[in-house]
Amino acid sequence: MNGVPSPRASGEQITVGVLALQGDFEAHGAVLKRLGAEVREVRVPADLDRLDGLVIPGGESTTITLGIEREQLGDPLRAFHAAGKPIFGTCAGLIMLDRDHLGIIDVRAERNAFGRQVRSFEAPLELGLEGGPVEAIFIRAPWIAEHGPSVEILAEVEGHAVAAREGSVLVVAFHPELGDDDRVHALFLQSVSDARLTAA
Amino acid sequence: MRDEATFKVKAGLAEMLKGGVIMDVIDQEQARIAEAAGACAVMALERVPSDIRRDGGVARMSDPEMIQSIQEAVTIPVMAKARIGHFAEAQVLEALEVDYIDESEVLTPADEANHIDKWPFKVPFVCGATNLGEALRRIGEGAAMIRSKGEAGTGDIVEAVRHLRTINGEIKRLGGLSEAEIATAARDNAAPLELVRAVAASGRLPVVMFCAGGIATPADASLVMQLGAEGVFVGSGIFKSADPEARAAAIVEATTHYEVPERVLRASEGLGAAMDSIESRKLDESELLSNRGW
Repeated sequence: MNGVPSPRASGEQITVGVLALQGDFEAHGAVLKRLGAEVREVRVPADLDRLDGLVIPGGESTTITLGIEREQLGDPLRAFHAAGKPIFGTCAGLIMLDRDHLGIIDVRAERNAFGRQVRSFEAPLELGLEGGPVEAIFIRAPWIAEHGPSVEILAEVEGHAVAAREGSVLVVAFHPELGDDDRVHALFLQSVSDARLTAA
Repeated sequence: MRDEATFKVKAGLAEMLKGGVIMDVIDQEQARIAEAAGACAVMALERVPSDIRRDGGVARMSDPEMIQSIQEAVTIPVMAKARIGHFAEAQVLEALEVDYIDESEVLTPADEANHIDKWPFKVPFVCGATNLGEALRRIGEGAAMIRSKGEAGTGDIVEAVRHLRTINGEIKRLGGLSEAEIATAARDNAAPLELVRAVAASGRLPVVMFCAGGIATPADASLVMQLGAEGVFVGSGIFKSADPEARAAAIVEATTHYEVPERVLRASEGLGAAMDSIESRKLDESELLSNRGW
């Protein structure tokens, strides 16, 4: 890990949930554990209790949307956000958090914006992180078609926004959980640590 | 700058399908039902395996027009099947821009010696396997996802269980081997040494493995997930049952909550009759699909 400060600098163990209705939640869990976080899979509202932050993984956004409805997770997830707990969404996770779905970040995602699977790609992406660009993997990826004034766009591909932050919410259209570069997750875990210190 | 169709990108789509259910559909209406029930992808084909069994004759790639109509009906990934070794069918499916190609024993094999060389394709491939050697040969040929074969179109889970247990048992056994023994295991399994070495070190296949062939109930899905499948394919099990909408949603729910019996119980209630089934061991050798391919 390229000199990223440990998210455990606060000395306290942090616990991060990964929404595990469908998708690559195990890959996220593996990265978070590597970075020293405690990880819990979230499938029902009670699983959100006492988490410090939450990841919504990649997967099929239609499947995850239906799963959130079936488990009645919509309101509990919005309450989690309202309590100031950081949330990180990748690919389908970005879509789940947008205006048309959970309404947790003020963006509108365009689904499958880069095209079908034959157009899926990897590209180096500059996110302003120490250590240079990240190798970003885009799979039937969305982009951010519109965003509100309080949203900070962190990166673009061919003029389309693919990473953004608004307050405690971080979204990316690619899959940092699939490579072995943990810097984007470290950035998220830092915000989880910070939010906990603020709350304490 | 942009690097398309790398192996990471091909295997990555399978990662996104994990924990999900891929359903066989034969028209737009079924595709919409599958999507609305929470399928993470659909397999577009003209006849589900149980009908292929009943009808006999040569089973080929589906009519491209039919596949296209399904691509237009849903936003989830659309897969389609090519015959084993029939690289020209695969080329057609790639030109159609399907999201995954299943080089499938459910169709009549086109080549009895060679599977498709899958590396040159931009579209990723999923292939069936009954044991570890077969899975690793397919991955060596470029497959980016594996499914245990089971016995398609029967509604009998016994072969799926056999294949999953075989593959996972063989993976476990590799873990205890020395380097010299790993080379022997590669020879015995007729599998690429590099891949055998990687599996021995990591304790898992280098790509995602789903389970297929015989899943008919929510409890079947729970069973194979508990045995180590990372998701399920359901062929005839949904649209040959009494209430496809309810059964499709129930199998999705049971796949997510496979470790929670109360949830599998709830998902299993009130589904009506399952598909008509055939006991696999009563099939004649020539009627088996899982022994196609090597």
